Amino acid sequence: MAWPLRFSVVVAGLLAFTVTVEGQNQRNNCIDCHRSLDDEELSQPARAAVDDVHASAGITCADCHGGNPTLEIVDEDYDPAKEPSTGFVGAPSVGDIPTFCGKCHADAAYMQRYDPNLPVDQLAQYWTSGHGKKLREGATDIAECVSCHGSHGMLAVSDPRAPVYPTKVAGTCGGCHADEEHMAPYGLPTDQMALHRESVHGRALYQDGDLSAPTCNTCHGNHGASPPGLSSVSLVCGNCHAIQRDFFTKSPHRAAFADLGEPECETCHGNHEVAPVTDELLGVAEGQICGECHFEDEEAYTIAKTLRQDIEELKARIAEARTTVEGAAVAGMEVSEAELILIDANQALVKARNTVHAVSADALREQTDTGRKLADQALEMGIAALGELQFRQKGLAVSVFFILLVVIGLYLKIQQIERPPRPTDE
Amino acid sequence: MRVAATRLYHWVDERIPLSPLVEFAREKSVPSHRYSVFYFFGGATLFFFGLQVATGILLLLYYRPTAEAAFESVRFIMTEVSFGWLIRSIHSWSANLMVLCAFLHMATVFFMRAYRKPREMTWWTGALLLLVSMGFGFSGYLLPWNELAFFATRVGTDVARKTPLIGEFLSQFLRGGDDVTGATLTRFFGFHVAVLPMIATTLLLLHLLFIQRQGMSVPDSQTEEASRRPGTKFFPNYFLRELIGWAVALAILAALASLFPWELGRKADPFAPAPAGIKPEWYFLFMFQTLKYLPATIAGIEGEFVGLVFFGVGGLLWFFWPLIDRGSPGGKPSRLVTTVGVAALAFIGVMTLLGYIGS
Amino acid sequence: MSEDRSSRRSFVDWILGAGITGSLVSFLYPVLKFVIPPPVAEAIELNVVAATVEELPPNTAKIFKFGRRPGLIVNTPAGELRAFDAICTHLNCTVQYREDFGQIWCACHNGFYDLSGKNISGPPPRPLPRLNVAVRGNEIVVSRES
Repeated sequence: MAWPLRFSVVVAGLLAFTVTVEGQNQRNNCIDCHRSLDDEELSQPARAAVDDVHASAGITCADCHGGNPTLEIVDEDYDPAKEPSTGFVGAPSVGDIPTFCGKCHADAAYMQRYDPNLPVDQLAQYWTSGHGKKLREGATDIAECVSCHGSHGMLAVSDPRAPVYPTKVAGTCGGCHADEEHMAPYGLPTDQMALHRESVHGRALYQDGDLSAPTCNTCHGNHGASPPGLSSVSLVCGNCHAIQRDFFTKSPHRAAFADLGEPECETCHGNHEVAPVTDELLGVAEGQICGECHFEDEEAYTIAKTLRQDIEELKARIAEARTTVEGAAVAGMEVSEAELILIDANQALVKARNTVHAVSADALREQTDTGRKLADQALEMGIAALGELQFRQKGLAVSVFFILLVVIGLYLKIQQIERPPRPTDE
Repeated sequence: MRVAATRLYHWVDERIPLSPLVEFAREKSVPSHRYSVFYFFGGATLFFFGLQVATGILLLLYYRPTAEAAFESVRFIMTEVSFGWLIRSIHSWSANLMVLCAFLHMATVFFMRAYRKPREMTWWTGALLLLVSMGFGFSGYLLPWNELAFFATRVGTDVARKTPLIGEFLSQFLRGGDDVTGATLTRFFGFHVAVLPMIATTLLLLHLLFIQRQGMSVPDSQTEEASRRPGTKFFPNYFLRELIGWAVALAILAALASLFPWELGRKADPFAPAPAGIKPEWYFLFMFQTLKYLPATIAGIEGEFVGLVFFGVGGLLWFFWPLIDRGSPGGKPSRLVTTVGVAALAFIGVMTLLGYIGS
Repeated sequence: MSEDRSSRRSFVDWILGAGITGSLVSFLYPVLKFVIPPPVAEAIELNVVAATVEELPPNTAKIFKFGRRPGLIVNTPAGELRAFDAICTHLNCTVQYREDFGQIWCACHNGFYDLSGKNISGPPPRPLPRLNVAVRGNEIVVSRES
């Protein structure tokens, strides 16, 4: 060939090569083709690929679905991109989804390349869960990977827009679990999401923005989701509420609840609807929880009554001391020492409320005694400060005495000066 | 001791003649008549003013005029400084007694018609002094920066805003901004320790100068008795009596300061809602209460505006009274003056009382 | 009779003298004591001696009175002095330093703060306020952060 022709071939070849190399990462006919389709179901995944956590890691359609993304449709009947030889599997059925995702996500060596931090036990956990079991039995309206995580356009768990972000989890679970029609065949309640939202945990999560507040997966697990066993409720709650758990485990309630088959913390505090705790919960009167199990002739009844009384008495003593000390402060007396002691007294009260879980009158008495002593000390200081006010009045009385002396003296002086002169008597 | 004093006297006298002053002091005498005892109130006001200056200067050693530090500094004075509580209580009580005495002094002068020629300027300096002392009270009240002070000042300056024509300017001027803030405190402090003392001193010197030049006035009804009875020599006789009065006043002050000590209160929180029943100090109460009683509109004009105009006109009448009442011919006591005076006092008294009962 | 007169005069003078002296003393004594500054010289406690250098080796701490609130002065394991307001931001208990954790801990509900005061575990919703630390000779002086 003449050298111009040779030259053009080389150039053309180079161009083709560059284009191919360049296009090697971009050449994704799956997306290009599917994006332009009219069918919403077929085009959506392609469009969603933009924001997808897998796509940004360089994982393409073919990595999950198989097929050859570099090939194009020739015509309606012949699609070389999806030939069996390409390993094309298409969209998995619902029952196959866990294994489909687990192909990568359960492969430790594979996941190491992308994020060594990510666990690889999700699939194993899933098969132990209520969802996994039902799926194996053939149910198709059961939660699997895609139900919670999405599929195309999937966001990382740490992304606040993701359906599994802490503030979104309850809504995701609630998509099925709050739907009466959906849960009817399984006979499960559907009020958990609503109850949780109003609970102290829900308020912490949604109103205070505390992401460490428990939501569904915190207590139930996520991939291995199942209701916590009866014997383990306090362990679950105790992950955060450790001090109360410790008191409870050492208390007579532990064995008693186990014998009765009662679920520990939940029995008094509820599970989803955990309300903010006040002292009102404690005691044997109407609406107070101890009285619902314990009756007048029992020792436990007396203990419960004593527990409440002790706490109330301590509160009253602290309140009295606080009023006196504040009164002295407002009057302008120096009471900083008393104020510090009141802080400690309040701490004793806070600790006493923890100790209630030991359901031991002696244990509580020890705590409230400390608090009472401190409150009394502060009260004494407050009274002394107010007494100092009285003392000042006495001091001022001394001044007034001298002033009156002056008045008398002046009066007598005037009398003296103005007395008419006597006849001489020298 | 005596010798030294005499020698000092002569030393100064050779340079600046003191003898005229000494002569004047020796001759100065106070007329004796039925109402002579009322002459006492002027001196009492002066006495309390002197106490205010002294205790005020002492408080200045420790007080800090910023929103962050003011309350703490007053707490410091009351709890840490030796006898701080005493100086502070005296300052607060003496302030009230000073305003009370100034008011009584003005009232007795009014009823004795002492404002008549040639004493019109004495009346005017006196009237201004009364306003200045109320200004002292208003500015000083804010300085502890406690709840009561803060909200009372807010209410008071709110009323100022309603003054016709200059209301907005007045409010901005007083507050140092749109609302009562640390800027207000700084201004009030400046007024209280510099501006008002300067004005008060000037007015006081004039007021006293006029009195020395003109002597004490005698009511028409008493001229005969006053000329019959010998006057009381000022030094030492009247002065000793005055001292008795001052000593009694001091004893009353000590009793008040110890039996009803002034409290520290709670630190002001501008964002908290105003405590219920906020009202200004007692000497402003009658105006405040009157404004509360006025309906929202009177004949189409805003009620408070009408009230302020009413007080404005009343104030002008009161100030220029010497030009209105120039004396009745024949020296007969003027019924009108007494009536007007009694009516005004009754109004003020009743309104003040209602202000207290109402809360 | 003149003795009577002069003895009466001196009686009056005596009363007057005693009264005036007594009054003056009862006025001047408080005033004099007032003008002498008290031991804590400033109103807002800008400076409090929290501890001495000797009593605070690394990885120890001390609770001290800072006005009307408790404060915590920590000598970190790295040897740096840090001071905090010691009132837990959860329910106002007093926090303490835990040498075993190298962190600040609240006994009431197991709340933890790191050594910059940040709330890192448990219920505390906000960090502990920091205070300024300065060393004057062998005294550790804590003041409010300005």
